[in-house]
This record gives sequence, C-alpha cells and structure tokens, in this order.
Amino acid sequence: MDDQHRTPSEGEPAAAQAGEGTTREGPLQARLNVKAWSPGEDVIEVTRSPAPGAARSTWRAFRETARGLKTTLGRIAEGPNTIQYPEEKVPVYPRFRGRHKLHRFESDDPTYPSLEKCVGCSLCAAACPADCIRVVAAENTPEHRVSAGERYAAVYEINLSRCIFCGYCELACPFDAITMGHDYELSDYDRSDLIFTKEMLLAEPLERTPLRNEGE
Amino acid sequence: MLAVVGYYEEWWIQILKAIIIFAVALQLVPIVLITERKLLGRFQGRYGPNRVGPYGALQPLADILKLLTKEQFRPSTSVGMLFAIAPLISILTAVAAFAIIPFGNVQDIFGTPVGLYGIDVSVGPLYVFAFGAIAFYGIMLGGWSSGSKYSFLGAMRGAAQLISYEVSQGLALVGVIITAQTLSLTEIVTAQKGMWYVVPQVVGFLIFLVAGFAETNRAPFDLTEADAELVGGYNTEFGGGRFASYYFAEYLNVLVVAGIVTTVFLGGWLMPFGIHPPGWVDPFVVLGKMAIVTFLFIWVRATLPRLRYDQLMSFGWKVLLPLATLNALVTAIVVVAVH
Repeated sequence: MDDQHRTPSEGEPAAAQAGEGTTREGPLQARLNVKAWSPGEDVIEVTRSPAPGAARSTWRAFRETARGLKTTLGRIAEGPNTIQYPEEKVPVYPRFRGRHKLHRFESDDPTYPSLEKCVGCSLCAAACPADCIRVVAAENTPEHRVSAGERYAAVYEINLSRCIFCGYCELACPFDAITMGHDYELSDYDRSDLIFTKEMLLAEPLERTPLRNEGE
Repeated sequence: MLAVVGYYEEWWIQILKAIIIFAVALQLVPIVLITERKLLGRFQGRYGPNRVGPYGALQPLADILKLLTKEQFRPSTSVGMLFAIAPLISILTAVAAFAIIPFGNVQDIFGTPVGLYGIDVSVGPLYVFAFGAIAFYGIMLGGWSSGSKYSFLGAMRGAAQLISYEVSQGLALVGVIITAQTLSLTEIVTAQKGMWYVVPQVVGFLIFLVAGFAETNRAPFDLTEADAELVGGYNTEFGGGRFASYYFAEYLNVLVVAGIVTTVFLGGWLMPFGIHPPGWVDPFVVLGKMAIVTFLFIWVRATLPRLRYDQLMSFGWKVLLPLATLNALVTAIVVVAVH
C-alpha cells in the first residue's frame, strides 16, 4: 500500500491513515473525525426574490442620476480651474524657497563698487545637508577688496541638481549674504548648467515668478 | 426580397447623395470629436485641448494626421486579412446606417425633386438594426483577429452587450412604430406633426436612449474599452489608420443614434410651436437636434461611472427588456382602444 510509505499530512482524514483494516462504512462525519459544526447565529438567510421597494429604488436611481447630471453641469457653469502654466504662473508665497540669491551691500555711488556680503566663512557649506555648496575663500587686500570682511568667497558654487531647497544655508549665514529666492523654473538640458556660480547667484534674478499678494 | 422604397430619384442623384452623405459624415465626426473633448474638459473643470488652432479647433485634424502617418503594423499572432477588414466593416456599417437619417422631406433643388436623405425604405428601423448587427462583426472580428487576450475579451464583452441591448432598443421603437403605423422614417417624422413622440412615448425614449449608450459602447456602458482592465478593448492592437477607422466608426455611431433619436422621438426636421421654416432650414433643424442629443451623450459620459459587467447584463435583461416589452404592449392596447 502506498499509505505505509508516505507520512500522512495533518489535515488528512483518519480513515485514510488507518490503511486496509478499517471499514469504509459509517457516517461521513465519523469517518472524517470532525465534529458537526453548528452554524448557529452566523447563518444569514438568503432570499431569492425581487428586492422589496423596487419602484422606490428605481426612482432613487433615477433621482441620483439626475443629481449627478446637475453636478457635472454645475462644473461647466463654474468654468475651468486650469492655470495655463507657461503663460500664466502660480504666484508663490513670500517665504517660498526657490533658487538662492547672493547679496551685496547697497551702494549709491556708481564709481565705488558695492561690497559683497559674503565673507567666505563656509558656514553655509557646513550646514548644507545635501553638500551642494562649494566655497573657496581668499584674503581681501586694499587693492582688491571684494567683501566687507577680512576674506571673501573667491569661488562660490551651488549645485542646484543636488540642492534640496531646505533653506539651512540661509539660516546658517551670519551676514544674510545668501537667501532663498522665488525662482522655481530650474530645468536645464545639461547637468553642468545647473551648477550656479557666484556671478549667476549675485546677478539680479530674472523675476519670472509672480509673488502672491496679501490674502491671495 | 427588396424593401419597398418610399421615394427614389435618378441614379446620378443617388450617387451624388451617397457622396454628400459620406462627406457630411466625415465633416461631422471631427466636430463631435473636438466637442466631446472640449466639453469633457469643461465638465471636469479644465479647458480641454486648446493648443492647436483657435480654441484647439484643429486638434482632430492634428490627431488624424498623426494617426494616418503612423506605420501600419500588426501583431504576429493576428489573422492578417480579417485584421485589415474589421475596421472597414465598422466604418462601412456606420456610414450605411447614417444614410437612412432623414434631414428633410423631398425638396425641389434646381427643379429636381430630391429627398434629403440617403434612402427612404419602408423598413427604416430594421435597416438600422441590420447594419448595427453587421457592425458586431467589425468589433468581433477585430478583437478576435488581433490574437490578443485583451482584444478578445473586449470584443466578447462588446458583442454580448450589443446583442442584449439591441433587443430592448428594437422593442423601444416598437411603441413608436405602432403609434405612427409606419416603418418609414420620413413618415414617422410627418406623423409627429401634432406632437413629438417624446411626449407620448417617453418611456420608449428613455429606454432607447439608455440602450443607445450601450449600443455605441459609451459610458456608462463602455465596458468594451474599460481601460483599467482591458487596455483598450477590441481595438487594443490597432494603430494608425485602422485605429482611426474604429474611432471614426464609434463617433459616427453616436451620430447615428442621435439621428435616430431625433427622427423617431424629437420630430426630425419639424419645429415646435407650429413654426414652418423654408425647406432649406430642415437639415439644420435636424443637425441642431442631433447636437442636443450628442451633448446628452457627452454629458452622461462625464457624469456616470462605468457599470460592472453583471450590473450591465442584469440591467439590460431584467430592467430594460421588461420595460420595453411593457411599453410596446401598453402602446398597442392604447392604440387599439383609441381607434
């Protein structure tokens, strides 16, 4: 017999385990060694007949359809909510963190170039969690004075493809030399074009982004 | 046996009419296409296509150009001949069914009396249903010959749906036919002089409309192209010009149903309140009414979610069919009692 060679699995009927000797008689439940399961309160009566209140539910379906049609027609009356993006821009909030800006001291004298606020301390680079700022400082000399402090940033680069726009650089800066601007259209065809140099960050932004008005 | 034809012209006029009908259908479909996309946009709080041409009006042109310039390809599992023929069947039956919609009665055009319809047969609605039945083959063969599961499932669904809803659609018209006592569509229109059949046959109108949504495979009965389950339904494997033909046929079918509804229930070219415009206005009246019905189609598409398959079947067989039968019965009894 096959039964002797294979180990019976757990759920297998008792009769099969016994092999040749047992009779195949008796009620199925006894043979299978299972207790009769009483459904008790779990049984749900199923009635196969037309649902009561057919007329009312038909009317309800009709009414709900009409209500749906009214709702969609209301959307036409409301007009589209689309903002035609490239032509029309969503105004940003004043505290929106967009592309960085570097600042200079304001100077009214055109012959005397205004000094940069950045002193090349590299605190922004230290604060940057994405490690996207690179600062190389150099000494100011009387002949060549760039910033108001002792030193200035000879190289100041922000890799905007790494920047996460967290604004920590702005917080870390002791001279408010770097702030987050409102520019968010920063896509480019080349990754290297996304490394913004000091000149690009110092230049007046193109002001492409409208600012949200009070209460808007 | 050939059906008795109510009125027919010289052979050259008939050929001319055939060309004009094809041309009109070809003009109307892109209009419906762009209207649907624009309206769906508005229903959903957006603009819809608005980049090609003024207000996006040239969008269908761009779409068709794109489709027609695409490479013709077919899956290696497809059955070549049928794969090529199936979209043609769809488009042909749609145009043929369009031929029966009367845009006006017989009119004098440069001294020649011309009926403003493709053909006025004495079995009008039957003619439509006959071509509707042949249109199954377009869907069935298209889905089957693609050799793809999704296409086949979509085709089976489409066929089952079309067959079940055609019954109620036909029965919904029976009431009108009993009332008008004719099967010719032009005579059905002229029989509506006193009152459009939408008033006495409102149940038939609603049934026909709902069955019409199903017949044209449109929301909420667009199970044939349930994107989430079937990719694109029976036309999944079709691309380029063939897909364009299917698309064309689909929208032409909407127009055909709109035309039939206009003719049978909305008084065809007749104007309400006893206004009798000159004969040349009639086609525009019909087109205007068709536009209203098409708007309803789009409106419903924007509103109702897709039915489940068993809901679709039980609705067709357990609700629409008994209602349509009852409608025909009651109409018959009332007509006999009145006469």
